[in-house]
Amino acid sequence: MPVFYGTTVDSALMLGTAQYPSPAILAEAFRVSQAGIATVSLRREAGGGQAFWDMIAGLGTRILPNTAGCHTVKEAVTTAHMARELFATSWIKLEVIGHADTLQPDVFGLVEAARILTEDGFEVFPYCTEDLTVCGRLLEVGSQVLMPWGAPIGSGLGLNNPYGLRSLRAHFPDVPLVVDAGVGLPSHAAQAMEMGFDAVLLNTAVAKAGDPVGMARAMALAVEAGRAAFEADPMEPRDMAAPSTPVLGKAFLA
Amino acid sequence: MMITLNGEPRATEAATLADLLADCGFGAKVATALNGDFVPAALRTTTPIAEGDRIEVVAPMQGG
Repeated sequence: MPVFYGTTVDSALMLGTAQYPSPAILAEAFRVSQAGIATVSLRREAGGGQAFWDMIAGLGTRILPNTAGCHTVKEAVTTAHMARELFATSWIKLEVIGHADTLQPDVFGLVEAARILTEDGFEVFPYCTEDLTVCGRLLEVGSQVLMPWGAPIGSGLGLNNPYGLRSLRAHFPDVPLVVDAGVGLPSHAAQAMEMGFDAVLLNTAVAKAGDPVGMARAMALAVEAGRAAFEADPMEPRDMAAPSTPVLGKAFLA
Repeated sequence: MMITLNGEPRATEAATLADLLADCGFGAKVATALNGDFVPAALRTTTPIAEGDRIEVVAPMQGG
């Protein structure tokens, strides 16, 4: 099971809470998937805050607030402080968005915001790219978890850069790594776990499925299968065929 | 005086941030920022409001 900032989480599946058809379906998706962490947000109060909080608290799941929608360091830092007070946790999924179409992180602002928040006692989960240098800087400023994107948020494209993600895993073998964003299918989630990632964070793939509860279950199974496969040390692929049935002892019938 | 509350212009006579929250009927589960800076709950009663202030009041919501 993944360990984030000294806390062991019961599942390698992290689920967002947005876009579900109803609160009841959201709750059932969490129940069926046994997701270990629920991501939440802050928005201008329009009367639903208390009801949402009561529902989330009822899930019994660890909470990871985000700074979604923040495009500057200042916005992200202020939002993180508001989140820490509201959700009573120092965990923060740090988003500093740099590009409107792809929602690609502004990695320069991300490192700066991570530095400020870490110095202020936050335990930062940076939503980042798979860039080795950026990830190294995030670790240098105190992040103990990295959450590289698989593909743009909400795209469902899967893992766009498997080479980069494998490289990240290899270079930082002891850092908890989470693929965050872009997962659209259970096979994408399994692929991340087969690479040795510690967890997968997704939202839209479940919330926007025709059957969110069914997809939540499928994602949970995929994460579990992918992790089991990684721990079982998969075979090396090869270009040429190799008979799995022994040639020795074959009857001569020609 | 006129302030901007959650992006909307609003007339208020509230002297402090705590007064404003009470006047607007916001619940307890909110966090606040004044002109882009976080204001902890404990400081709302001693945080004055001035003409033209930008105030954000946020609550827990769905997120990914």
